[in-house]
Amino acid sequence: MRYYLYKFSMFGITLFMVSLIIFFVFQLLPGNPAQIILGLDADEQQIRHLEQELGLDKPAVERYIDWIAGVFQGDLGESLRYQLPVSEVLADRIPVTTSIAILAMVLTVVIGIPLGILIARTDGKIISVFLSMITQLGISIPSFWFGFMLILLFSVTLNWVTSFEYVAWSDDFFGALRSHFLPSLSIAISNIAIVIRYLRNTILDQRKMDYVRTATCKGLSERAVLYGHVLRNAFIPVITIIGLITADTLGGSIIIENVFALPGLGSLLIQSITSRDFPLVQSMVLYIAVIVLVINFIVDLLYKLIDPRIRQKG
Amino acid sequence: MKKFGGKAFLLLFFVSVLLVACSDKGSNEAGEQAAKANKNEEKMGGTVRIAMSTEVDNLDPYQSAATDTMSMMDNVYDGLLDTDEAGELVPAIAESYDISEDGLVYTFKLKENVTFHDGSELTAEDVKYSYEKLAGLSGEEPISSQYEVIEKIEAPSDFEVVITLKEKNSAFLAANIRPILPADYDNHSEKPIGTGPFKFAEYKVGQELRLVKNEDYYNDKKIPNMDEVLFKIMPDPESAILAMQSGEIDVIPGISSQGKEQLGDTIETVSAPQNMVQLMALNNQVEPLNNINVRKAINLAIDKDMIIDMVAEGDGVKLGSNFSPSMQVYYQEGLEDTYQTNIDEAKKLLAEAGYPDGFNLELTVPSDYQFHVDTAQVITEQLAQVGIQVEIKLMEFSTWLEKVYNDAQYESTIIGFTGKLDPYEILRRYVSDYNNNFVQYENEAYDKLIHDALSATDEAEMADIYKQAQTMLAEEAASVFIMDPYRTVAMKKGLQGWKMYPIQKFNLEDLHYTE
Repeated sequence: MRYYLYKFSMFGITLFMVSLIIFFVFQLLPGNPAQIILGLDADEQQIRHLEQELGLDKPAVERYIDWIAGVFQGDLGESLRYQLPVSEVLADRIPVTTSIAILAMVLTVVIGIPLGILIARTDGKIISVFLSMITQLGISIPSFWFGFMLILLFSVTLNWVTSFEYVAWSDDFFGALRSHFLPSLSIAISNIAIVIRYLRNTILDQRKMDYVRTATCKGLSERAVLYGHVLRNAFIPVITIIGLITADTLGGSIIIENVFALPGLGSLLIQSITSRDFPLVQSMVLYIAVIVLVINFIVDLLYKLIDPRIRQKG
Repeated sequence: MKKFGGKAFLLLFFVSVLLVACSDKGSNEAGEQAAKANKNEEKMGGTVRIAMSTEVDNLDPYQSAATDTMSMMDNVYDGLLDTDEAGELVPAIAESYDISEDGLVYTFKLKENVTFHDGSELTAEDVKYSYEKLAGLSGEEPISSQYEVIEKIEAPSDFEVVITLKEKNSAFLAANIRPILPADYDNHSEKPIGTGPFKFAEYKVGQELRLVKNEDYYNDKKIPNMDEVLFKIMPDPESAILAMQSGEIDVIPGISSQGKEQLGDTIETVSAPQNMVQLMALNNQVEPLNNINVRKAINLAIDKDMIIDMVAEGDGVKLGSNFSPSMQVYYQEGLEDTYQTNIDEAKKLLAEAGYPDGFNLELTVPSDYQFHVDTAQVITEQLAQVGIQVEIKLMEFSTWLEKVYNDAQYESTIIGFTGKLDPYEILRRYVSDYNNNFVQYENEAYDKLIHDALSATDEAEMADIYKQAQTMLAEEAASVFIMDPYRTVAMKKGLQGWKMYPIQKFNLEDLHYTE
């Protein structure tokens, strides 16, 4: 119980620090939102008028207190650029990013883990060397390149799918699957390569351990040792990696969302930063911080499930 | 664990790819059928999908500031006047107008058969309501300083509007292209209502804006051919090109020369100057740029033709002052040759100014615009020939706006000024007390010229004054006025009717498929 109380208080303190840092760092950035919204030819009067309307004429501390007080009441403020409640803007975007992230994670786990095990099992053989080379490519090549290649292959050359049509799950399930698939796959490819790498290395490391020798001497088959003992230990670092990747993708892939013209959080974050849309950026950074903290928490719980030693310590 | 074999997952992966691939086949067929139908139906109807790089900032035309939004929504609204392809003002909702001899009273006669998209008739009250809002006469702040000059607006009859100005202002006429909104309706941010050739249908934030044909448009000859227009938000230019290649987009309204090359002969293009002035702005108040000989030397050392060839692939018009030839009436010809590239002469002028070995110059460039960054690189090479060592400083546009444009904390920079319909809006940038005269050009004679032009009532006289102002900017080498880069619109083969204007205006009513 103390463990959970500790975790929750850390959670709160981290969020508060994140909100404070992001708010004041943004105050230091040059660039007046009103001027950015109105463009090159805005006159001083127009800018002042908009500043008043957006509340930018108030002191920074007052704005921070207003904002944080609003957050506690579930009010994230109003986006400067869209002039809509931040919660409304985010509510439109979060499902897009979440769907892509979940599909990308499913692909990563479903393809990465079996292939990682396969490469470890065939270590030293030609197929393993070949697959290792491919994973190296997967890690080195950026995801936007895969995005363009997939569009080029499936949309331009084969003309099988439309790449730039976003369909919501509630509108048409297969249409949604179609519109989410290529972006998810583009994100997944490098993640798959990372998972394969990690899993292979940790499996090979574990195999050198004494407990494996003991198990083999007891007459267990290679398969039984692998699935019964080695994998359990090998999964711990892989879970950390998967946790990190999940947190990363749930925050939105800026580049992939731009490539596939998807209305997700990544593209919104970039737009909000360039337009100095403070309330929106602050809320998005808070959201990302919450995601990272929650996923870290889940990863900790998973450790405990897998490794009895951690369970005892907790 | 055994069940989680590699083969099974690979199979699952390929099945998913296949599933995704097959499920779209239907819509492709539907697209082909539609295309065939168009061919037989005398080329009327259909949908056109246009790629837009930025998102709508606000659907309310009085709250929106983004040029792209205005270009899209311009099809939903009409103003009293409109512009033709040459930049001349033509009647729209107004049937005719009359300006009093003292230049203070503008009387507009309105067309009588104009209806808003909700079916209500447009009357002088709507115009009065709209202009009072723009001018801040309805109790709120003025929406734009262009209308602050209005003293009062009267509606003596249902179809007549009389606007009285506080003082003579020749730039006011061009301001009458702003949309007229229905009186006392203020839900434009969600459901805009105008009188234009297209009606607002739907806006999906971050995705698309859909407009449909207005069958009841008051101008019979301008009822659109297209049934529907879809603006798709595609921030990545490379994606827009791929979408064009895969047939998901029909128009890219501004394509780069590389993009044009990539699409090759699969598309048709329309290219024209866009009434933009790309310039290397020189801060006239910092040393040594406050010396006219130094500014002239920089002008002589820069080869604008080479920049046009290298950066714009030849698609640009060389300029000599802050004015583009797309505004023919007011354009002073010949200024582009004021400074023919001459390295020796440039060196001589630098020596006279006390810089025989050149000097170091900081060139701040907004990093968001690759076109300007590329231009900066060419200029760096060219100025090195006369001993001016340029240091390029890249800056994000929002920061650039504050540091360079607002605070004039810079030595030199590269930027493009988008065109306006009125020469005053373009040339007042160099008036001493104009708040965004970030070049910090100060010249009393110039200030007087611009002031005189504003109070002129005769168009020929006005044009003459604006030409003199341009000549002054060139002779004083206020900056290096480089080019007006062309805007190139890429269109799917068989799509025609895109018109180019001296402002960014998407006139969609003439678009039609020919095959």
